[in-house]
Amino acid sequence: MTAPLPNNLNSADALVLYGESFASRLLLGTSRYPSPQVLEDAVQASNPAMITVSLRRQGSATAEVHSGFWDLLKKMAVRVLPNTAGCHSPQEVITTAQMAREVFETDWIKLELIGDDYTLQPDTLRLVQTAETLIKDGFKVLPYCTEDLIVCQRLVDVGCQAVMPWAAPIGTGQGPLNPYAMKLLRDRLSVPLLVDAGLGLPSHACTVMEWGFDGVLLNTAVALSEDPVVMASAFAKAVDAGRSAYLSGAMQPQESAQASTPLVGTPFWHQS
Amino acid sequence: MRVIVNQVAYELPNESVITDALSLIEAKPPYAVAVNLQFVPKTKHGEYLLNENDQLEVIAPVTGG
Repeated sequence: MTAPLPNNLNSADALVLYGESFASRLLLGTSRYPSPQVLEDAVQASNPAMITVSLRRQGSATAEVHSGFWDLLKKMAVRVLPNTAGCHSPQEVITTAQMAREVFETDWIKLELIGDDYTLQPDTLRLVQTAETLIKDGFKVLPYCTEDLIVCQRLVDVGCQAVMPWAAPIGTGQGPLNPYAMKLLRDRLSVPLLVDAGLGLPSHACTVMEWGFDGVLLNTAVALSEDPVVMASAFAKAVDAGRSAYLSGAMQPQESAQASTPLVGTPFWHQS
Repeated sequence: MRVIVNQVAYELPNESVITDALSLIEAKPPYAVAVNLQFVPKTKHGEYLLNENDQLEVIAPVTGG
């Protein structure tokens, strides 16, 4: 789907993915909102770089429920990022990506290759080769992966210009469960890192941005909040705050107290 | 000739093409098609000959995370 790029702006601190610049560092999912109107309002409130979309069988209950979704996408005119959610084999991923490219008229794809239905953990053993196949087919691949350094490095090696490690399993809202590995990723990899999945609070988003992650992709934390529109705005602000904090350079924690107010000239000092 | 479209069996004349199957289910654009797990671009729908027991997937855009 061809859409204008409201976030493709000249910004001194733009998110750059595959050579394209985005003013926002928030990517927002479109599922599980109370209504299409709430989704539209949440997108407007948060102004995400992209919104994620998917494909399901025409005539299925899911597709029928979403019969007006295409018109809503055209109305919102936000860059879409199709996913391969629900795919369990490399061939399913590749075929789904090719169908998505035709329907949505975009080479961008959020690569999801599920290895376990209970945790929705990606199949990291087959993920890298699948990413390589998609890249050779001309896709701009954003792979959903775990926080494993070697997996992420291999994804970069085969041509992924960004990777998207989870913070926690999809939809759990638990926030980053493995800070050590995520910080290690940031230290070791120079490509853009987008945290995808597992965030539940704006503070989670702010935290990973403070660590130096380049953006976040989330859905459930907004869609299932009591007020998705306000929560979407809160996440957008948190992402911006975390990014600013990262760029500002945080102070180093100290072991002992250090007075903020100058001690020299303190009245009544040593008088008792 | 028996073909499976979105997991439902249909009868089509021999030498039917994808477009015939799409008419059968009254497919509404936008959609994309795969036959036996292989993507078939829309430029080929009118010429792609279906075979007995082919499995077609016809998909539509939905919300996603």
